[in-house]
Formats: sequence, structure tokens, C-alpha cells
Amino acid sequence: MTGKKLSAKRRAYVGIMKTLMYISAGLTCGPVIFMVAFVMIKGLPNITWELLSTSPSYLSDRIGILPDILNTIYIVVTSIIIVVPLGAGAAIYLNEYASNKKLVSVIEYAAETLSGIPSIIYGLVGMLFFCQFCGLKTSIIAGALTLVMMNLPTVMRTTEESLRTVPQSYREGAFGLGAQKWRVIRTVVLPGCIDGIITGCILSVGRILGESAALLFTAGIAHTLNNFISGLTSSGSTLTVALYVYAKERGEFGIAFAIAAILMILTIIINLAAELVSKYFRRKKEL
Amino acid sequence: MKITKLIPALICAAALLVSCGGSNNTVATDGSTSMEKVIGALGESFTEKYSGKNFTYNPTGSGSGIKAVLEGNCDIGLSSRALKAEEEAEGLVGTVLAYDGIAVIVNPENKVADLTIEQIADVYTGKITNWKELGGSDAEIVLIGREAASGTRDGFESITNTKDACKYRQELTSTGDVITAVSQNPAAIGYASLASVKDSVKALKVNGVAPTEATVKDGSYKIQRPFVLVTKKDTKLSDTAQKFFDYATSSEAAPIIAAAGAVAVN
Amino acid sequence: MKRRKKITLEAVVHLIFLLLGLITVGCVLLITVYLIISGIPAIRKIGLVPFLFGKTWTSTASEPSYGILPFILTSIYGTAGAILVGVPIGFLTAVYLAKLAPPRIKSIVEGAVSMLAGIPSVVYGLVGMLVLVPGIRKLFNIPDGACLLAAIIVLAVMILPSIIKVSVNALEAVPKEYEDASLALGATPVETYFRVSVPAARSGIAAAVVLGVGRAIGEAMAVMMVSGNVANMPGLFESVRFLTTAVASEMAYSSGLQQQALFSIALVLYLFIMLINATLNFFLKNGRED
Repeated sequence: MTGKKLSAKRRAYVGIMKTLMYISAGLTCGPVIFMVAFVMIKGLPNITWELLSTSPSYLSDRIGILPDILNTIYIVVTSIIIVVPLGAGAAIYLNEYASNKKLVSVIEYAAETLSGIPSIIYGLVGMLFFCQFCGLKTSIIAGALTLVMMNLPTVMRTTEESLRTVPQSYREGAFGLGAQKWRVIRTVVLPGCIDGIITGCILSVGRILGESAALLFTAGIAHTLNNFISGLTSSGSTLTVALYVYAKERGEFGIAFAIAAILMILTIIINLAAELVSKYFRRKKEL
Repeated sequence: MKITKLIPALICAAALLVSCGGSNNTVATDGSTSMEKVIGALGESFTEKYSGKNFTYNPTGSGSGIKAVLEGNCDIGLSSRALKAEEEAEGLVGTVLAYDGIAVIVNPENKVADLTIEQIADVYTGKITNWKELGGSDAEIVLIGREAASGTRDGFESITNTKDACKYRQELTSTGDVITAVSQNPAAIGYASLASVKDSVKALKVNGVAPTEATVKDGSYKIQRPFVLVTKKDTKLSDTAQKFFDYATSSEAAPIIAAAGAVAVN
Repeated sequence: MKRRKKITLEAVVHLIFLLLGLITVGCVLLITVYLIISGIPAIRKIGLVPFLFGKTWTSTASEPSYGILPFILTSIYGTAGAILVGVPIGFLTAVYLAKLAPPRIKSIVEGAVSMLAGIPSVVYGLVGMLVLVPGIRKLFNIPDGACLLAAIIVLAVMILPSIIKVSVNALEAVPKEYEDASLALGATPVETYFRVSVPAARSGIAAAVVLGVGRAIGEAMAVMMVSGNVANMPGLFESVRFLTTAVASEMAYSSGLQQQALFSIALVLYLFIMLINATLNFFLKNGRED
């Protein structure tokens, strides 16, 4: 009797839990499908060649996002160029050099703190430090440097993860042949962690593409067409900031959704790229 | 998809690397975000007319623009409100470039079409809370406004004499947000620069006068504010900046200002 | 001679890497110092108690008052609400993904989750403004839908990816022997997952929740567009302003004491974040030791 009762209770428990899990998974996927569909339906029809290939003109009442595309590229390139050596270097220090446990835990704690700081605070400090204190004013370089701080922990973490997968025997082998530490790092360790660096770059690019709060106060919202060199020192909006500006200041929802659709497509590409890269390197390492 | 987009961009980037402009041929402006359309159009036609001259505009807000002139960080400051006495005492001069109407907007479904300034003030201070009292349908009025320190809010509140007394339901941070919020809610009322008002909302008549270029110009539409070019009294402008200043305030520029939705003084 | 050169090179390289390693610490110090330097003056002028516990914020009035209690409470309520809605959904999805889902479905749902993480917050705000706010207005028959509830829903969706990813990792790290033992004793798979795997992964799941708290309290752009942004004391259908949005919405135009007060708000927000990070670190450490 009691056994039967218990099993009914247990069956109910299993059933309820399963249903709840299905509902939750559905509730997670629902917003994704809805948002992607909503943005694509509203945005894709507005993507035209003119939009992509011109700069905005007030005189002819035309909106073009070419300057924003270029600014995005400038900011991504600049941040990545700076953040990769810093982040990878920090990871190598932690994994290869550091012997003081206390120092390691301080650095790791700092990295964790950095990744938890909201972008609005990065924006404020970037504005105070890079724009005002360093005299860079509102410029792409100030925005890029702010993003370097934001993405440092990402590159550091992915590089560290892949450093751990470099077998200790490789290092020992190289040391055994009489190589100095720096040589071992250059020839054995660095090639081994290239996948982590690339993954870190891809993740950082994704985060930079989606960033608005940190860039509004540091890189500004100008839509001027610039070349790379003069672009660095002038104010310029990335695609996401342009999306913000067009949606909010100008009420141009067609344009805003077009940019949102482009950003979503880029997000999908980036996610796929990150997955492909990690798959490719995993297979390579197994061989 | 991605590559086809990137290639022209990269080509442009490469092409642009070759050309570069000198800084004493540049006029730098800084200030009000509400003046974006007007100043953008002026800058564009200016650089078209005088080849070799560059124009930059940094949309930071009226307050920052005024500060930037004072500190010498830009040539001309842009303010969407008249200068305060203490700002003039610091040696700044304001030249009114144009006037901009602030439209009081409601949802197109709203039957109310005409309010007096007193009624608008009563609505915003919470004395009138239902559209019924204004001849509309029975619905609670939803007050939508701008964030503190916005030039539009400053202009609206000082003309309707409702400073610090508005009981906002939403304080939005941009013109676009206000228009969107009003267009999504049949009981909402808001205010926005006339130049930006779209078909998705209805601009009310104020004291029986509809906001148009003509009524803003002759002053019969009461809720308006100046667009001001701010310069230093004692410091001479650079040649390029002076050229731009003269051009912007000339009658030649008036149609451009009008096309951007504001009313030129000259 | 040559040997000494090599040793100096090694030392220089070591030093360079040490400096690179210390950059993160430098960044944290930089941020902390700047926020404290720029945040303290306004608190000094206003007074700590009136600043933290004042109930009215009228920064541009002729007699301004700078009380940020409404912002603090809104941030706390908003975050709590988002956690209340988001954590059960995220947690159950994570269990489903880590244990129950067939590989194909798992990869699709995980793709959707990273998609969710990759959408810029402005897009959340935009969609929220056009769909969620009018929806809440009609559903609850209130004059206006821009309120705390709208912000909570947006935040709950936005924190899902962090909660799911971290929880899935924690659940997948549970040793298979635990589960096998439970199954061998006659427990059904679902019972095993919830009574054996979940408790075993509890510190990882706790870390996921704390991470969600951090994400929710720090979000600015999306909530600014759906919450109404008025400095009211929080209520579910009240138009409210968060700590983050208080900074973001007035920063562009602010000057003088008002601007300093905004920096002070950022400092308060930063202290909250530091507290959350310390908690997160505690759970992560616990997880490693388990």
C-alpha cells in the first residue's frame, strides 16, 4: 500500500519536474525567437546599399551608416591590438612565471572584479581618465582604451584556459634541451595557447560590437567619415551607439532596426566562429 | 554576406588613409543635442561651399558646449537656451541663430486638439489629471517629459511657468523616446522639438495657434526657444570659424535652417 | 659574458610579464581611485545620511535636493525581482540542458542562449519599449506601462544567459559516480538530478545566481528605456529610476554639484558591485575546494 502511494508521489514529482524543465527551456527560447524575428522583420527590409555605403547627410535628408561601420572596425582593431598582448601576457605570467600564490590570487581576484564591473562605470572612469585626465577628449582611441580594460579579463581567461592544456611534458622537454624560459615560452607555450587567444579575440569582438554605455561617454556619437589615423583622435560612434542615437535622438526606428539586424547577423557569425575555432583546435590537439 | 559588406568598407578605409585635413582649416562646434539637425545641415553646406574647410560637431549638450567655449576647447559653442547672466558675465556672447518651436504632442487617437498655456501648465502640475476635463475621453493623463537639465525641458518649463513643479510619469532621455512613448499610449502627453515631430504623434495647438514655421517666426506660437551660437567676447575667432559664423547667420543659410525644421532669424 | 647577457634578458622578460600581470590590478586600482576621488566631494557637501537616505532627487531645482534612496531601493527591488523570475527559469533550463536534453536540442538551445547574450542591450530596450510597455499597460489596465515590472522582465531575460551557462558548467562537472550510485539505489533519473547532482553543484549554481545579480544591478541602457525613469520610491507599477539609469540619464548635460553627485551615485553602485564580487569569489572558491 504505502509503496504504491510513494511511487505515485514520486511519479508526480518526476512528472512535475520534467514539465517545469520543459516550460523553462521554452521560456528561455521564446524571447530569443521572438526578438530575432521581430528585429529581422522590422530591420531587414530597411537594409539598402545606400544605407551601407554612404555617410549621413542633413541636406539631402539621407541616413547612411558607412562612418559607423568604419568606426566600429577602427575601434575593434585598436582594442584588439592593445588587449591581446596585455591579456595574453598577463595569462602567461600567471601560468608560467608567477610563484607567489598570494600575488596570483590578487591578480585573479582583480580580473574577476574587472569582469563584474558594469559598462556604465567603465564609461564614467574612461571619460574621467582617458578623455579628461589623459587629454584624449571624446575620441575613438579613448573609447578603445576603455574597451581594453573591459575585455582584458576575457582574453586573460581564455588564454589561461588553453595554457593549461599545453602538456607539462612539452615544457619539461624544452627545458631539458637546455632552453631558457623565454625561449620555451616563445617556441612551445605561445603556439600552444594561440587557440585561447583567438577565442578571446572573438569573444571580445562580440562584446565590443554590443557595447553602448561605455562608449557613449568616451567615443562620442559623431557620424563623420574619417580615415584610420585621424579617426582615432576624433569622436565617432560604433554601430551600436549609432543604433542608440538613431532610435533615441532621432526616432528613426527603421534605421535602428536595420542596424540591429546587422548586429544580430554579426552576433550569429561570431558565435559560430567561436565554436568552429574551438572545435578546430580541439581536433588539432587530439591528433 | 559579411564579406560583401566588409570589402567596400575596407576600400573606403584605405582610400581615406591617403587624405587628411589640417586643423587650422577646421571649425569645431560643441554643444546642444537639439541643434543636431540644424548645425549638421549648416556644417555640411558650409564644407560644400568652401572646399578645403572642415567642420566638426560634438553633440554634448548645451551646458558642456558653453563650458567648452569658455575653456577654449572649441571655436563655437551651441546652446539651445539663452545664456544666463552669470555666463555672460564670464565674457561670453550669445548670437541667436534660429528659433525652435517646442511642440506639445499627444497620441493621434486623442480628440483634444487645442489647449491654452494655462491648461498645459495645470496638466503638468497635476491640477488636471483626466482628459475628460479637457474635452477628451475618460482617461488618466500620462505626463511624459525630458530628464532634468535637458534644454527642451528647460524651455518648456520656463515658458509654461512650471519649473520644478511637473509631476512626470516618465522622464525620458531623448526626443525620440518621448515621441515613441506618446505614440504608444493614447492617454499620453509630451513635448518635443518641432523639427523632430513625426506623423506618429499629433502636435496640439497652443492658445489656438498651430506650431508651424510661420507661427514660431512671428511669435504667435508661444512655446519656443532660441538656438544660440556662443562665442567669447574678447577672443577673435579663427578665419575659418569666422567664415562659418558669418555664413550661418547670413540670409543665405536661412533656407537650410528652415529645411532642418527651425526658423532662422535673418 | 654571454651568459650574463642571457640572464639579464630573462630578467627583463620576467619583469615585462610581471608588469603585464599587474595590469589588471592597476585597472581595478585606477577605477577605484577615480570613483572615490570624484565621488567623495558631493557626499561631503550633501552629507552622507541625506545623500543615502534622502527620499527626493531634484538635481536641477532652484533648491536642489540629492537623495538617492529611491534609486538604491529601486535597484535592489529590480534586481531581486529579476532574480525571482530569472533564476528558477534559468536553473531549470540549465538542469534540462546539462542532464536531460538530447544532444541536438542541447546544441540548439545553447545556441539560442548565446544569441540572447549577444544581443546589444539597446535592442532589448527598443523591443521592450515597443512591445512590453504597451503590453503591460493593456494587460493590467493602467495608464502607463513603463514601470518597475517592465524593467524586471527585461532584466530577467537579460540575466538568463549568465545563469544558464555557469549552472550548466557546474552541473556537468558533477562526478558521474555520484549519479550512478543514486541510480543504482533505485532513484529515477529526474530524482537523481535534483537530489544528487544539484546539491553537488550548489556552489557553482550559487555563483551563477550571484553573477546574475551583478549583471542585473549593472544594466543601464535597456532599463532606462522601459522603466519610466522618474525618481519615485519603487512600486511594481510605479515609474522608477535605477542607480545606473540615474547616472546615464543626467550625465550628458550635468555640471557642478549635480555632476559630482552623479559620480557619487556611481561610487555607491561600485560598492554594491564590489560586495557582489566578493560574494561571487567566495562561492567560486568554495566550489573549487569541494
